[in-house]
Amino acid sequence: MAKYIGKRLIYMVITLALIATFTFFLMKVLPGSPVASADKLSPEQRAVVEARYGLNEPLPVQYFNYMFGLVQGDLGISINQFKGANVTDVILSRMGPSAQIGFQGMLLGTVLGILLGMIAALRQNTWVDYTSTFVAIVGISIPSFVFASLLQYWFGLKWGLFPVALWKDGFMSSVLPSIALAMFPLATAARFIRTEMIEVLGSDYITLAKAKGASGSEIAFKHAFRNALIPLITVLGPMAVSILTGSLVVEQIFAIPGIGEQFVKSIMVSDFSIIMGTTIFFSVFLIVIILLVDILYGVIDPRIRLSGGKS
Amino acid sequence: MKNSKIFWLLSLVLVLSAFLAACGGGNESDTSTETPDDTGSTEPAGELDSEQVLNIMESAEIPTMDISLAEDAVAFNIFNNVNEGLFRLNEENIAEPALADGEPEVSEDGLTYTFKLRDSNWSDGTPVTANDFVYSWQRSIDPATGSPYGAYMMAGSIVNATEIAAGDMEPTELGVTAVDDSTLEVKLERPVPYFMSLMSFPTFYPQNEAFISEKGDAYASNSENLIFNGPFTLTDWDGTGLTWKMQKNPEYWDAETVKLETINVDVVKEPATAVNLYNSGEKDRAGLSGEFAMQYANDENLVTELEPTVFYFKFNQERNGEENALKNVNIRKAIAKGFNKQDLVDVVLANGSLPANYLVPTDFAFDESNTDFRDVNGDLIEFNAEEAAELFATGMEELGVEEVTLEILGGDTETAKNMDAYLKEQLETNLEGLTINLKAVPFAVRLELDEAQDYDIQTAGWGPDYQDPMTFIDLFVTGSAQNKMSYSNPEYDALVESAKGELATDPAARWEAMAQAEKILLEDDAAIAPIYQRGLMSLQQPYVNNIIKHPFGGDYSYKWAYISGKE
Repeated sequence: MAKYIGKRLIYMVITLALIATFTFFLMKVLPGSPVASADKLSPEQRAVVEARYGLNEPLPVQYFNYMFGLVQGDLGISINQFKGANVTDVILSRMGPSAQIGFQGMLLGTVLGILLGMIAALRQNTWVDYTSTFVAIVGISIPSFVFASLLQYWFGLKWGLFPVALWKDGFMSSVLPSIALAMFPLATAARFIRTEMIEVLGSDYITLAKAKGASGSEIAFKHAFRNALIPLITVLGPMAVSILTGSLVVEQIFAIPGIGEQFVKSIMVSDFSIIMGTTIFFSVFLIVIILLVDILYGVIDPRIRLSGGKS
Repeated sequence: MKNSKIFWLLSLVLVLSAFLAACGGGNESDTSTETPDDTGSTEPAGELDSEQVLNIMESAEIPTMDISLAEDAVAFNIFNNVNEGLFRLNEENIAEPALADGEPEVSEDGLTYTFKLRDSNWSDGTPVTANDFVYSWQRSIDPATGSPYGAYMMAGSIVNATEIAAGDMEPTELGVTAVDDSTLEVKLERPVPYFMSLMSFPTFYPQNEAFISEKGDAYASNSENLIFNGPFTLTDWDGTGLTWKMQKNPEYWDAETVKLETINVDVVKEPATAVNLYNSGEKDRAGLSGEFAMQYANDENLVTELEPTVFYFKFNQERNGEENALKNVNIRKAIAKGFNKQDLVDVVLANGSLPANYLVPTDFAFDESNTDFRDVNGDLIEFNAEEAAELFATGMEELGVEEVTLEILGGDTETAKNMDAYLKEQLETNLEGLTINLKAVPFAVRLELDEAQDYDIQTAGWGPDYQDPMTFIDLFVTGSAQNKMSYSNPEYDALVESAKGELATDPAARWEAMAQAEKILLEDDAAIAPIYQRGLMSLQQPYVNNIIKHPFGGDYSYKWAYISGKE
């Protein structure tokens, strides 16, 4: 196990280096300059500004400078989005709200989705099943900006139950955005659990358990549910990353100081250091979650072995 | 585990695709802010409410609050309210003395200005001195500071600014000196007729040397590390957040004029959210864009204001080094007259914009007797379908062709695409033999194509850098940065040259030269074709009064604003 994790960690570093490299060069082909008022500067002035951020060096030198800083944990300084601010500080200050609504949305969505999926599977082809399937389809097909706008309009403006927008009222401010984010994991979880449960419930060992006289709830939770979880975890891992790292749409609609909308803005204004820093941050997050998911497999289903047969 | 390899690949693809998807989002070139204005009376009409709090929204974060480094509309708007320079644009948008104690003494040749400073304080109670101006200007022109506006505003005007910006001279040699604590002397390289209004621009505000050196790298990183000398102070800004406040500054020299106690500002980027916050009563004003402008067109609380930004077609006469149909003046004139501008602003834009038959915007620059430049020079090139059709036929005959195909390069925002589609339809209908291809690209790409002169017709816009017609008039002189379209007329160049040079001390003749230059550019040469002057619609609660919209520098002043009738 330790050997396996060690090997995985090495792969992780390599992946990260590749992502950083790809992003770095992709970013440089983007049109536009981070020197925003470039048209206002004389060539001499522009050179001064570019030199300050090392943008005057040849591309390979810039690349190695950046990677060298990265190895030391230095993500650099924002060029124009928050002039002079440390990129790590920017990411940390924007991460909190995104993580909070993401976590709440993920939790709410997954728990409700699993419940919905299980009920649907146990009551297959009844109105309960149809209703749950309908909710799942709606959850997947309605774009989040529509759903978020509807929540804002009705629950915020018309009924006044929650703040319309802005990040000022603590938990209350996070309710509507969390619900908006919950829809997708809810629908996904419900769909996966239903399909898997139906498959598992039809398998031989369930028939055996029934023959042995196990109760309905024992069969559902102890035998069927655990097996149905595996494919769900596979999709939930990466989904958790995408939700926790912020949603441009939901953050923008609820005017939340999150990292999602800030990341997109950094690309618009070509703030190289912020683009790089945020991409790397997201990547680390994703890679770690994927490792955790792989480890979780073994915990949930002992048949899945992480390391080779000999160990 | 084979699966894990797929995950590695998946993870990479996910990250890259997220990145690429975000890249496709287009570039928002428009940095205009969404904040209040008012067209109401200047005297408090009703009784003042006991609670003087204004709740407004901005459409973007503050990138920096360092006066030398700022270059965006949000920061300039805040500077205009929390700091102050020698002059300030008043409620009629005329520059009037602020920190300057009355009008300056000007030497006969118009090259030396001597300002007396009034007694005023920084927000920490220390006095603002002439040296604060000297320090600030030197800091902004110092190439090591990397100020985007320093050289842009000073080079060619203030003595030695050009040389210092190029690194050939020391910043201390800039033509600005503190004669004593309350006397500032400025030496100019050439007379600058609009110098007073220029002094209201944030780049020329004073900066506090003691404070800045004490704070070091932390300076301007959040509202704790800032110092103010304007009507308000900035508070509760953490440096990267979406919220901040402005509080009345008790140290401000004219504090008794300031009615508002607190201004709560939140950044809201989604137009629909802004409208919802306005309707919920949480915000007192919301900018209306696109479909919202139409939806609220008849709302009783609608306010419309005109911005000094003009949009026009640029006609590129030599694409990639090859002359094209646009080299022919009749073709250019035909296109310039070939589309209905009134319908465009009424139906397609519907945001309070005006049809533009001119380059220098209306309600922007005024002569010594406060007459609008627009009233002097009038409409220069108007829609006329018949005339346009004739001109186009003549042009094609001269070129010896039966048909002309041209490309219109434009922005990729919804508004830009709708407008360009409308213009294509108009031109193809009114000008027989013309085929238009549309090309919509993000702002940064448009700039690159412009730089490479790789387009036929381009829809572009321009906003002022100083409050004088010249900021528009000189855009298209031979070889200028905006003239990546091979337009050249010596007569026009000469008029611009004389207005900038020998006529600088003769306001009336200078005004006349600029009017003449605009006529040549549009009437005679149709080098560009004006389309519209941008308007902005907002919803504003009726209890909000007297927010002043400016055409230059910071967009709004809250100094004179007040709340009346909310309670």
